[in-house]
Amino acid sequence: MKTRKPNAISRRSFIKGAGAVAAAAGLVRVRPASADEKTLPPGVLEKLGPEAATIELNINGKPATLEIEPRVTLLRALREHLGLTGTKLVCDRGACGACTVHLDGKPVTSCMVLAIDARGHQVTTIEGLGTPSNMHPVQAAFVDEDAQQCGFCTPGMVMSVAAALEKNPAATTDEIKHATAGNTCRCGTYPHVFAAALRAVKPGRATRAV
Amino acid sequence: MSRRVTLNLGYQGNTRDVTVVIPDDEPTPWQWGERLSVVGKPAPRVDGPLKATGAAHYTYDIELPGMLHGAMLRSPWPHARVRNIDLSAAQHLAGVRAVLALDDREIRFAGQEVAAVAAISSDIAADALKLIKVDYETLPFVVDMDSAAKDSAPRVFGSGSNIGKVKHSSVGDVPKGLEIAANTIEATYTTPVQTHVCLETHGAVASFNAAGDQLTVWCSTQGVFSVRDDLAVYFSLPPDSVRVVCEYLGGGFGSKFGATPEIIVAARLAKTTGVPVKVVLPRADEHRSTGNRPNSEQKVKVGVDHDGKLIAIDLVTRGSGGIGGGAGSAGPFGSVYRCANIRVEESNIYTNAGPSSPMRAPGWPQGCFALELAMDEMARKAGIDRLEFRRRNSDNPVRAAEYDIGARAFGWAEKNEAAKSTGPIKRGVGVASAEWHAVGVSGPEAQVIAHRDGSVEVRVGTQDIGTGTRTVLAIVAAEELGLPVDRVKSEIGDTRFLFSVPSGGSLSAPSNSPAVRQAAAHLKDKLFRIAAPILGAEPNDLEASNETIRVRTNPSRAISFTDVCKRIPGDSISAQGERVPNYAGFRTDQAGCQFAEVEVDTETGIVRVTNVVAVHDAGRIVDPLTARSQVNGGILMGIGFALFEDRRMDPQLGIMVNPTMDDYKLLGALDVPQIDVTFFEVANGITNTGVMGLGEVAHVASTAAVACAVYDAIGLPVRSLPMTPDRVLAALGHA
Repeated sequence: MKTRKPNAISRRSFIKGAGAVAAAAGLVRVRPASADEKTLPPGVLEKLGPEAATIELNINGKPATLEIEPRVTLLRALREHLGLTGTKLVCDRGACGACTVHLDGKPVTSCMVLAIDARGHQVTTIEGLGTPSNMHPVQAAFVDEDAQQCGFCTPGMVMSVAAALEKNPAATTDEIKHATAGNTCRCGTYPHVFAAALRAVKPGRATRAV
Repeated sequence: MSRRVTLNLGYQGNTRDVTVVIPDDEPTPWQWGERLSVVGKPAPRVDGPLKATGAAHYTYDIELPGMLHGAMLRSPWPHARVRNIDLSAAQHLAGVRAVLALDDREIRFAGQEVAAVAAISSDIAADALKLIKVDYETLPFVVDMDSAAKDSAPRVFGSGSNIGKVKHSSVGDVPKGLEIAANTIEATYTTPVQTHVCLETHGAVASFNAAGDQLTVWCSTQGVFSVRDDLAVYFSLPPDSVRVVCEYLGGGFGSKFGATPEIIVAARLAKTTGVPVKVVLPRADEHRSTGNRPNSEQKVKVGVDHDGKLIAIDLVTRGSGGIGGGAGSAGPFGSVYRCANIRVEESNIYTNAGPSSPMRAPGWPQGCFALELAMDEMARKAGIDRLEFRRRNSDNPVRAAEYDIGARAFGWAEKNEAAKSTGPIKRGVGVASAEWHAVGVSGPEAQVIAHRDGSVEVRVGTQDIGTGTRTVLAIVAAEELGLPVDRVKSEIGDTRFLFSVPSGGSLSAPSNSPAVRQAAAHLKDKLFRIAAPILGAEPNDLEASNETIRVRTNPSRAISFTDVCKRIPGDSISAQGERVPNYAGFRTDQAGCQFAEVEVDTETGIVRVTNVVAVHDAGRIVDPLTARSQVNGGILMGIGFALFEDRRMDPQLGIMVNPTMDDYKLLGALDVPQIDVTFFEVANGITNTGVMGLGEVAHVASTAAVACAVYDAIGLPVRSLPMTPDRVLAALGHA
């Protein structure tokens, strides 16, 4: 995957929320780094930042090399560094689910994950699930049941439903409601989302292409 | 020039002939019982695959070469004068390309724009904002309506009163009506400020050409042409020199009309720097500064005569749209039910809070909540069944038919009579009536193009706020041309296309679809002229259906639509259509009703809505699938308004305390009831399509129906929204 170099220059500021401690210190317990190893505090295996560092991610089954500051979230890495704009930023605090991607198949809000913490994991985005001409069954079901209005919550909603069905292909409406409880739709499309999820669970359903 | 046509209009069991005069080149309006092939059939939205795969591009997704990121500094103070702004530190930060002090030195709410920057990354732009030093002279402020209405309150606008012009209207003699009434009730109802919470925040990308005399703006807007006109005035450019594009937008709900501050700022920064600039608002700014639905305090008196007929309605309503006006809730009071004596007094109180903007049926959900709960209180006191009370006081036959359909689907008779549980969970049911008048306006023009490859394109300068505008327009063009929907592509959201009106007031479908139908009819005439000599017939003798053009009297003489297109002399052939003024059709109003069932836990005060039945008319429904999405959305936004949403202001600091999506409570998946939607088709003949808007009428009654159901469940009205557990417990005397 081709990496677009960000036009951001190195300047330090702090990410809020869960990643604050690690990002502030520029210290990440992920994997050994060779150079600074001896100078690091006990228990700390790697020092990154505050300047941009080169990291490798696995996005939609392909390796991607990025040069990013440690403060950059996975969401922003996807959107601003990799051009994958299907994943949306809405609340910026893990409250609305619009930025949902899969990390090793599990749904996570990518605004709450640092890109450096996605190293070593398989990241799947809405673009990796399917394309307009080759939709994933959940995407096709969203189209058929009109589980979308303005469409801004749709990618996150699709990712939550797809993860739920991956976990339990015979998910009930109640399970789908719980799976999408963290996804906010201001247009109020939920009933059609539930219908789409149920349509997608039906076995043997062919992928719908446009 | 024009011709008279007699149309059979109306609805099932009630049609009549109406004669109208229509222009010669206008297709005859669709009538009752018209056999249509694609209109009225459920169709997935045409841009669904792009949205479901993340491929749809919103303003927020646009990235241009060399683009800078803009950000705006906002006042932390609710009322202040800007004495001085020191931009120098921000200007010297590496990566910053422009810093602007904005013109308005008088700050009237916390969140008002003060300065703006453009930098090579959004992080640097945010850092630069922190380096701008603003010297504020803070001033006394007031953010709550009651305090603001007092004589001693700080003035929001200089020396002017905080109380806006009081609007009075009156018919009949209300004091007399109340005096002779057999029964009266009197109560005060309140609703909170609601924010729009568009998932895509307001934002724009602006780009000037090198000479600085051609501006292109991509923005998240409900009106590309209204933004164009505002920008043309602001920058003293001819409108033709401004192009506004909005391919997709992530919600508007009334808050995205015209060139809002972030659009102007993006364009100013682009002009200053000579490169494209993108400004996208952070979530908190969206809550605080981009609009809201004003609160309301509604003092209501209702009287009925011995027959249970309304004899007096008195409403004194006031609300605050912050520094914007526009509060009011009187709409439904003088309109939904028949009453000879009605008095309304309506006022807006200015406060030092974010400006109001229109929000989905402005004023009506608030008014409908108060009116319908008052109707229930009145019916209970007079000892009349609530649905019967409404029937008795409504003279709209469409609504009467809809009551019947809804009551049957809902099981009103049984549910309304069911004994209340003796346990802590009480069930209740409610019904409320809707009304709207989404007949649309003239003004839009449409272009329909057939290409040599047989594909068809519709182009209109409208935009899709999520209602499915592209889909509706493609269906209408396909119908006229006898094609399946997937052969028609809709291009919208660009001022390079022909003019259209903003997408608000439920205008889009009723204003644009007739222009598209006329354009498609004109295109069809041109194609008939190509086909006629091949078929050895006159153009007037041809018809188009099933992707074929054939002789009406001899259908075996036919040629495929594709083969006709192959004979187009150039690359394509196109035609225009205009939206002509409304005809005097069958009815110009929309009725509608919604039934709700709730469970109230009388120990915790938690309300759950379990079931909603909605019956709506919107003229001819073009696509029942996307139409149902709109109704679901109207209902759910109404339930959120009933139970959860509430903008809270800190009276000491004058700031919004919950400008996030976790502290500002929205309805979620687990709050969604079973919803059953029925469309009641009315052939209205107001335009050639007879299509009416649906987005607002579907939202008007939802909150009220829930409030009425809660009243039924616990036997006590909860007169203040949102009906949070503490309010429910207080109503039950457990406070």
